[in-house]
Amino acid sequence: MQWTDEGIILSARRHGEGNLVLSLLTREHGRHPGLVRGGAGSRRRGEMQPGNRLEVTWRARLAQHLGAYQAEPLEASGARLLEDGDALVGLQAVCAVLETTLPEREAHPALFEAMLALLAALETPEIWPAVMVHFELGLLRELGFGLDLSVCALTGATDDLAFVSPRTGRAVTRAAAGEWRERLFRLPGFLGGPPSDDLTSDDVYDGLALTGHFLQHHVLAMTSKELPEARLRLLELFAPSPTTSGDGVV
Amino acid sequence: MTGPEIDRLIQLLARLPGLGPRSARRAALHLLKRREALMLPLAEALSLAATRVGDCGLCGNLDTSDPCAICADPARDKSLICVVEEVADLWALERAGVFRGRYHVLGGTLSALDGIGPDDLRIGPLVARAGADEVREVILATGATVDGQTTAHYVTDRLKASGVEVSRLAHGVPVGGELDYLDDGTLATALKARRPF
Repeated sequence: MQWTDEGIILSARRHGEGNLVLSLLTREHGRHPGLVRGGAGSRRRGEMQPGNRLEVTWRARLAQHLGAYQAEPLEASGARLLEDGDALVGLQAVCAVLETTLPEREAHPALFEAMLALLAALETPEIWPAVMVHFELGLLRELGFGLDLSVCALTGATDDLAFVSPRTGRAVTRAAAGEWRERLFRLPGFLGGPPSDDLTSDDVYDGLALTGHFLQHHVLAMTSKELPEARLRLLELFAPSPTTSGDGVV
Repeated sequence: MTGPEIDRLIQLLARLPGLGPRSARRAALHLLKRREALMLPLAEALSLAATRVGDCGLCGNLDTSDPCAICADPARDKSLICVVEEVADLWALERAGVFRGRYHVLGGTLSALDGIGPDDLRIGPLVARAGADEVREVILATGATVDGQTTAHYVTDRLKASGVEVSRLAHGVPVGGELDYLDDGTLATALKARRPF
C-alpha cells in the first residue's frame, strides 16, 4: 500500500527515542496516523509541530496497518503562531477536537480545506474566533449533525432569529422563544442572530458554547468521550468576566 | 544460553534510554567483565541515588538535599526565577553556566491530547514563589514548541496578578546556524523577533 497526500499535523507523539507517531488530517485520506522515523530528532522536531502542513507518502503492507510516513514540510503554520497565546489555545483546541471526534481513515476533503482556512485565519486575532465557530459548525455537518440556523423551528420565520434549541439544533425567533429563552442557546450575530457591529467575546463565547454542546452531546456521547481539555480552555478564554460586562470587542 | 540473573540484567538495561537489546547485552557483558572496577560501584551508586535523591520542595529539581543545592546557594540571585519544563532543561542551563538565579521545574507542559492540564503542573507553587517581595523577574524557558509556548502564555496569564516582570527566551537562528538549513518556522520566528543592530 502506498499513497501520497497533503496533511496537517494534529498530534505528534514520541515513539521510542527517535521516532514519532503523527496523526494527520489529510486531504484525501482523512485523519490518518503513521510513523515518522527520526521525527523526534533535533533536526526534524521543529517541522513536526501541530498545525504544520506536510506532503507525505504513506507506506504499509496492509491498509489497516499503522504504516510509515515519509514527510516533507510545506508550511510551518504552527510555528508562526508561537507568539500569540490565544491563537495557540485555538490551534490546540481544534487539533484536539479533530483528534477526538473524527473517525480514522475517512476522507473529509471539505474539512481539510476548512482547516487550511482556519490556520490562515489564526494569524489574524480579529477574525479567528468567529472562523473557529464556523469551522466547528462545518465539522458537525461533516459528521452528520448539522445545525439549521436559517429558519425558526417553531414558526418557519427567517427574521429575528435569536436562539437555538439545545435539543434539535434549530434556530428559534425571539418571539417564539417566549418563556423558554433561558433554556435556549443565544444565537450570536455572526451566525444569523441579532446583528451587531462588532464581534464581541460574548458572541464568540455563545458560538463556542453552542458548537461545544452539540459536539459533546451528539458526537462524543456516542463514544463516551468528553470534550478535550484544550477545547474547554478555549471556551474559558472567551468566558464573560464576573467583574466586567463582558462586551469586549475581540 | 544464559542464567536468569543475566537475562534480567539485560532486560533492565534495555529499558534505559539509548539502549536496545543488543547494546544492553554489550553493556551487561562489559559490567560483568569489570565487576570490581565498575559493576559494584555502579550498583552502590544506583542504590544510593535511589534512596537519597528526591525532589526539591521549592523548585522541583532533583537533589539529595531539600531545598536543593541551587536553592540553598546564597550566592544565587533570588530575584530571578527561570521556569523550565523538566529537570533536564535545568541541567542544560546549568551546563551553559549563563544563569545565576534560581529555577522552577514545571514537570512538563500543558498537553491537549495527553490530558495534562494546569493542575498537573507545578504552576500553583510558581505563582506563590513569584509573589514574594524578593522576586523581580520570571524568565520562561519552555520549549519553542506549540505545547511549550501554550504553557508559557498560560503561566504569563497566571503571573499577571503578582505584578512580577515576565520575560522569555528568544527564538530564532541558533549560533552557528546557516539560513539555508533552517526550517521555515524558525526563520519566520527569527524574522519576527529581529532587533536593531
